[in-house]
Amino acid sequence: MTSVPAARPAPRALPRPRRTTSPVRSVLKHACLVALSLLMVYPLIWLAVSSLKHNEAIFTDLSIFTSDLTLENYVYGWTSQQLPFGRFLLNSTILSLGAIVGNLVSCSLAAYSFARLRFAGRNLYFAIMLGTIMLPFHVVLVPQFIIFRELGWLETFLPLVVPKFLAVDSSFVFLMVQFIRGLPREVFEAARIDGAGHGRIYARITLPLMVPALATTTIFTFIWTWGDFFGPLIYLRTRENFTVSVALKGFVDAQSSSNYGAMFAMSVVSLVPLFFAFLVGQRYLVKGIATTGIK
Amino acid sequence: MSSIGELRQLARQRRRGGPKQRHPENLAGYVFLAPWLLGVVVFTVGPMIASLLLAFTDYNLLQPPTFSGLDNVVRMISDDRLWNSLRVTLVYVVVGVPLQLALALGVALLLDKGMRGLALYRSVFYLPSLLGGSVAIAILWRQVFGKEGIVNGLLALVGVEGPGWISHPDYALASLIVLHVWTFGSPMIIFLAGLRQIPQMYYEAAQVDGAGTVRRFVSITFPLLTPIIFFNLVLQITFAFQSFTQAYIVSGGTGGPSDSTMFFTLYLYQQAFTELRMGYASAMAWFLLLVIAAFTLANFWFSRFWVFYEEDSGATRGGGRRRKAGAA
Repeated sequence: MTSVPAARPAPRALPRPRRTTSPVRSVLKHACLVALSLLMVYPLIWLAVSSLKHNEAIFTDLSIFTSDLTLENYVYGWTSQQLPFGRFLLNSTILSLGAIVGNLVSCSLAAYSFARLRFAGRNLYFAIMLGTIMLPFHVVLVPQFIIFRELGWLETFLPLVVPKFLAVDSSFVFLMVQFIRGLPREVFEAARIDGAGHGRIYARITLPLMVPALATTTIFTFIWTWGDFFGPLIYLRTRENFTVSVALKGFVDAQSSSNYGAMFAMSVVSLVPLFFAFLVGQRYLVKGIATTGIK
Repeated sequence: MSSIGELRQLARQRRRGGPKQRHPENLAGYVFLAPWLLGVVVFTVGPMIASLLLAFTDYNLLQPPTFSGLDNVVRMISDDRLWNSLRVTLVYVVVGVPLQLALALGVALLLDKGMRGLALYRSVFYLPSLLGGSVAIAILWRQVFGKEGIVNGLLALVGVEGPGWISHPDYALASLIVLHVWTFGSPMIIFLAGLRQIPQMYYEAAQVDGAGTVRRFVSITFPLLTPIIFFNLVLQITFAFQSFTQAYIVSGGTGGPSDSTMFFTLYLYQQAFTELRMGYASAMAWFLLLVIAAFTLANFWFSRFWVFYEEDSGATRGGGRRRKAGAA
């Protein structure tokens, strides 16, 4: 499947044969797509609008058109989980940054070796790497938990960050392998002739050329880490360490008090960084999915 | 080329044998691969072996594990909740994945015409699949499908009084499936990329021959897309089996009402981290792996009947090269 670089002329550049679609069909198609679009985003808009409504009004008036808006849910929600929500945002941010750095460094090293170097056992390792993309993590869950417990790493971010420095996210290794393979061979050969070692070729030539793949990795790692629930749920059980997703769970647990407005408000807060990453990195996200099929 | 395509090729190379390879870059190769190798040993292969061994023990984290033979297996066989959780997960996978993929393919077909607003539609359809796994969306879903939620609000417009979907054992799973279908955006992107790969000249030739829309889809688009449909199917099934967050949040961690949203992974989590039955949870994890592997193998086996690989057919001699270009 297509991935990114290479000076391949875009097939789009060819003049397309004029399709004779009747205007009726075109209108019908757009009507379908618009209807589906509305259906898709309506819940999201409803969430955003509801977070700005007075608590009593959320379920009595389900429409998204209202002028009676308030920020009280945000004010109340921010402090309703004992610690200010900023703390959880900070924790999620630290975790995400750690995971991003880890993935960028470790996955690019592994990818360079898979894509550019010939060594004994490469095909076997490559097959294992591809296989781990599909491996359900549950089969390693309990022993990993035991390892981290023995190391005294429970209630720290280490179990969620350190593995990233050892390239456990195979999808990104694969993504980068695909990318490096697509780089023009001549560049590497020229560097070899000039006497550059692999360290130099990796750092000075490969990394700068693979910025798009690094960007894709960054954005996906951010989105996954920010949204991850299972990891923080089992490794971070004290409130000071909660990430945004675990903190949100607090609203569900305290369903009896059920302040829906505050719950919605903080849900929106948790989604804003994801939405932002989506806006900024859409291009890279689309390429990443098309290449490897990662979410 | 997809990860599955790569694996196919590796397997084929192996069968063919090929000349003995020289490895002039052993040292550099292993230096660069060192972090990954360490990671695989410490966090994947080692733990896999360990959990396989733990599956035959009793272990509650507090006392050292004791060998218990096949106790966990016997217990699994007679554990009704486990079988129920497997059934719930199977329904989720077998209904949710095909619906999601069908919608993804349908929309991708509508979109692939260099049409107006393509980028905007693509964004709108893709966004939910980015957010879909998050706790916030699961919380939203609880309300959307709640007794007083949007869904029932809509039904009320046509005079139907809907149940509390999330709190009704017959419908809770259905609302999770709807959530899964809602995230059709990422397979849609893969389909769009696949559609771009189909050479325009095929369609031109077909048009000259007088083939209509349906005929063009049946004879060109669908066959050439089958490897991608297959790739999506295998991947999405694997991922869907591991769904957890949605069921956890929607049911408040219980898998209720009456275990109707008790995904296998959720039951596994409860066994491991609330009941502290680490041995039993390990046995369950291996069972899950076997189930997913069985699905994958079955998929591969069936694929020979419906998946069309261009390079396998003698008709297109240049196919191999085009494929290379595609992998670039």
